[in-house]
Amino acid sequence: MGAFSDGLARGRHEFPKNAKNSFVFMCFFSQFTFFSLTYVFFYYIVYPIKHFYGKQVWKLKSLTFSGGIHPLAEQDWKAATKASPLRVFAPASVVIPMRQHLGRPCAPCVKPGDEVLLGQMIGEPASPRDVPVHASVSGKVVAVEERPHVTAGMMLAVVIENDGQDKPDPSIQPRSAAEVEALRPEQLRDIIRDAGIVGMGGAEFPTHLKLDVKGKVDYLLINGAECEPSLTGDHRQMLENGDLVVKGAVLLMRACGAKECVIGIEGKPDAAEAIQKAAEGAREVRVLQLKVKYPQGAEKMLIASVTGRKVPAGGLPAAVGCVVDNVSTAVAVAEAVYEGAPLTRRSVTVNGAVGQPGNLLLRIGTTFRDAVNFCGGFVGTPQKIISGGPMMGTAVAEPDVPVTKGGSGITVFNQITDPVTVEGNCLRCGRCVEACPLQLTPQAISEAYLAERLDLCGELRADLCMKCGCCTFVCPAKRHLSQTVDLAKRALAAQGRR
Amino acid sequence: MVTQILWPLATLGGMGILFGLLLSYASKKFYVEVDERVALVRECLPGANCGGCGYAGCDNLAAAVVEGSAKVSACPVGGAAVAEQISAIMGLTGGTDFEKVAAYVLCNGAEGGAREIYHYDGVSQCAAAAQFDGGPKSCRFACLGYGDCVRACKFGAVTVVHQQAKVDPDKCTGCGACAAACPKGVIQVTPVKMRLTVACRNTDAAKKVREVCARGCIACKRCEKACEYGAIHVAGGVAQIDYAKCTNCGKCAEQCPSKCIVEKI
Repeated sequence: MGAFSDGLARGRHEFPKNAKNSFVFMCFFSQFTFFSLTYVFFYYIVYPIKHFYGKQVWKLKSLTFSGGIHPLAEQDWKAATKASPLRVFAPASVVIPMRQHLGRPCAPCVKPGDEVLLGQMIGEPASPRDVPVHASVSGKVVAVEERPHVTAGMMLAVVIENDGQDKPDPSIQPRSAAEVEALRPEQLRDIIRDAGIVGMGGAEFPTHLKLDVKGKVDYLLINGAECEPSLTGDHRQMLENGDLVVKGAVLLMRACGAKECVIGIEGKPDAAEAIQKAAEGAREVRVLQLKVKYPQGAEKMLIASVTGRKVPAGGLPAAVGCVVDNVSTAVAVAEAVYEGAPLTRRSVTVNGAVGQPGNLLLRIGTTFRDAVNFCGGFVGTPQKIISGGPMMGTAVAEPDVPVTKGGSGITVFNQITDPVTVEGNCLRCGRCVEACPLQLTPQAISEAYLAERLDLCGELRADLCMKCGCCTFVCPAKRHLSQTVDLAKRALAAQGRR
Repeated sequence: MVTQILWPLATLGGMGILFGLLLSYASKKFYVEVDERVALVRECLPGANCGGCGYAGCDNLAAAVVEGSAKVSACPVGGAAVAEQISAIMGLTGGTDFEKVAAYVLCNGAEGGAREIYHYDGVSQCAAAAQFDGGPKSCRFACLGYGDCVRACKFGAVTVVHQQAKVDPDKCTGCGACAAACPKGVIQVTPVKMRLTVACRNTDAAKKVREVCARGCIACKRCEKACEYGAIHVAGGVAQIDYAKCTNCGKCAEQCPSKCIVEKI
């Protein structure tokens, strides 16, 4: 006993006296000091500043977000349409649904037999939070009845026979530059609401509500990412109507009180160049080219890429001082404010198994059938028609559904090359977890939903899912992950209402 | 040495006696009066905790029966036998008013009725398929046949035959879990002794019904005229039977041109 403790004591006393050991000790100590001081410096000084300002200057890596997927260049299916200019198309008759925004349906204020003018209000909003619906052609109302709708199943719609003359409504009066200069933010928001403008990226959220932010807004982000495969409508808008995009962006900035505007474009060097050129006059507008990755165009991903800020779970972009609007929305805002024209047309990409795939500037309420026939008709027998793109779009049950304000594309498949016949068993590979841009665990949520464990789905935050479809895309077992997570989200929402 | 053994024994023994006295005092002092009938009634109940009675489980129903807020025949699963046992425990005379009920799928569209208008290849659930234009069947009121009711049934009474759910009335206890799970609302719980039902929920106009299904109710009102007891009426575009008046005569079924008034076997 005694001998052991003696030895330990001797060793401890002798250690510093040994010259060689002392050198090693000092080296170790100095390195330790160096690393710890560096750590303290970055952790308590550099990162807080970076976090606080969230400025571009501090970012060293490329402009992107974590998660997501990288479709191959050949797989994005944009080659067929990205060089095709926007073609104007007005069909012989339009079917205008009374609900084209996130909110309550409008009440139709015309009846069969009425003559309507282009831009005349035909659906009255239920409240100031909702937006009106306008006639997209001039002509005669032939019916006010339930018609198929992309998301709502059946929806009350006004059917107008086009007289081909496009007689404008007398309320459409252009404003001079001086008049526009004098408009206050709330007046701008009223103009945007009365023009029936909603988020044209697909969500159809009323734009005037998004712009009415209580707190401070640092950035207005104009979303030119268009990350969805096969869609090129926004790309063409930026190339052809770059000046309108910038004008709209400046107006949106004024309407929400933002100090700075960033137009985020994913890849697309030609579009970035065109917008850069158009934005030369506007000092507060910056153009940023983002890394190509899906879903770069999602609101939260765009904010993360451009500002480095993270929108809190379940929060809105306004919580981190951002407002995000689509380029098509910016064009619609510019047209509404300068021309006084309500939202009656939008850019739509018709792609896939059609005669001549291309981009159309078509009237809202054009049926998918009319749009496809204008583009050379179906090639073969259509197997699947999707409103939007292949990742986030919704399959429609019949081709007679109309294009709404949020409908950015029509994608037609005439053969399903890789049909999902049987779901495989989960391999626990974790690719869906890696791919999820919102850092959810799609497989776990899916399993919990199928086991009817809604409480677990809630704990795993199924309610945050934005349905980007990355999990289903990467799943090697071809499980319906995205759909089950969406079902869980809906079930949770229904439970919350109850 | 002896004290070293005795002391712990005395301490432990003393503590045992002390706590024993405390516990026996507490059990007398804080005694909760329990009606012994609750336990007896609970023993009669099947114990599946299905919730078909409207209470959270068998325990809650037993308490409610003894309290008097639930009927002795409240358990749809146990049936008449359980109702009699419970009424004996409760000291009631004059029998029970138990009526056997069973679920029935109000759709006649299988095998040549409603067509499949598109191929659905997503999650195999009615609630999921119903999100796409109401489901792949031509009739928007039709049973979709993906079996949400089969999964909801705790008694194995529902099966899917020819893309349509079918309830076995012998196994069915009438708890109504399938009706609650059905996103199309085509399952109805009705008394078993009433043998007729209108197996269609389509409220559309006659022309539209004919387009989507050969066996849909077209609201022609022939059944209404045929019924001598005023038990069947067309309301909201579809015929409905008032079981309080129905006598099982079957004249309405004879007159129905679409043959959508059927026997529930």
